[in-house]
Amino acid sequence: MTPGADLLSIAEEWARAGRGVALATVVETWGSAPRPVGSHLVIDGDGRFEGSVSGGCVEGAVVAEAAEVIADGAPRMLEFGVADETAWRVGLSCGGRIRVFVEKVA
Amino acid sequence: MRLELLAELNAARASRRAAVVVTELPGGAQRLVRDPAGDPLEAEIRAALRSGRSGVVEAHGARWFLTAHVPAPRMVVTGAVHISQALAPMAAAVGFAVAIVDPRTAFATSERFPGVDLRAEWPDVVLPGLALDPFTAFAALTHDPKIDDPALKAALDAGCFYVGALGSRKTHAARRDRLAAAGASEEALDRVRAPIGLSIGAASPAEIAVAILAEVVAALRRPEERRA
Repeated sequence: MTPGADLLSIAEEWARAGRGVALATVVETWGSAPRPVGSHLVIDGDGRFEGSVSGGCVEGAVVAEAAEVIADGAPRMLEFGVADETAWRVGLSCGGRIRVFVEKVA
Repeated sequence: MRLELLAELNAARASRRAAVVVTELPGGAQRLVRDPAGDPLEAEIRAALRSGRSGVVEAHGARWFLTAHVPAPRMVVTGAVHISQALAPMAAAVGFAVAIVDPRTAFATSERFPGVDLRAEWPDVVLPGLALDPFTAFAALTHDPKIDDPALKAALDAGCFYVGALGSRKTHAARRDRLAAAGASEEALDRVRAPIGLSIGAASPAEIAVAILAEVVAALRRPEERRA
């Protein structure tokens, strides 16, 4: 039932293999958000990723931010929505707003 | 997330145990909670476990993200009967993994239950492998004490979140006596829902299946509301 349940196994596997890993999680949504709270995206240091936090709309931006998180170890809270010019450009066009927490797995 | 915490979480998920990851926002300090008793966020964690939903909570002047990891609910039924034929696809649609146990091979046929996990075995043979647990609903539907009784006892012992049994009040009174003789406590026997299903005037097997499934969902989502 947990959205993206197997992604946590992937995150553990990648981290144990010595890859830099970040875990992104949808923590809040407003309006018609494409993915429910608790959805995960797992990203490695080379920008490979599994899962989704928005069904494709903002994954690119999250993956880019994840590289920073992997590099400096500090978590980030990202927000995407129609009011946000950047988010509009990357295309959360469903009219919703989401907040994504990105943390390093180490 | 620390790798040790992630490993502990994955181990809990693999063994069908509930757990909640508590993350302080925005700092990211984290802990894994398997037993909420005594936790500063006990009420919030219990609510997350009950609903199975993750979300942000505000408490003690701080914001926390609770990630609820609750095993997928399962339903185990004794009796490859007419009601089960309707119940199995309905329960699957609601998200339950369904298994049906009936040693009577005339009933337990794949023609009657296409695509269903069907075990044509006695409960004492098959139930250990099914590993009943607190995230499993159990319904006894055979009307045959030789099949239903041992399974009911096993379901009560395993702490299944829902235990229901088909039959009238009179039938159930006799069943209570038998299960008590088999070692079930009064407290455990009070957990058996009988007559089974919400009282909606269900007439056909499919309607009875609706009544059972609705009662199961209520037991899952509102465990604090016990039927009188």
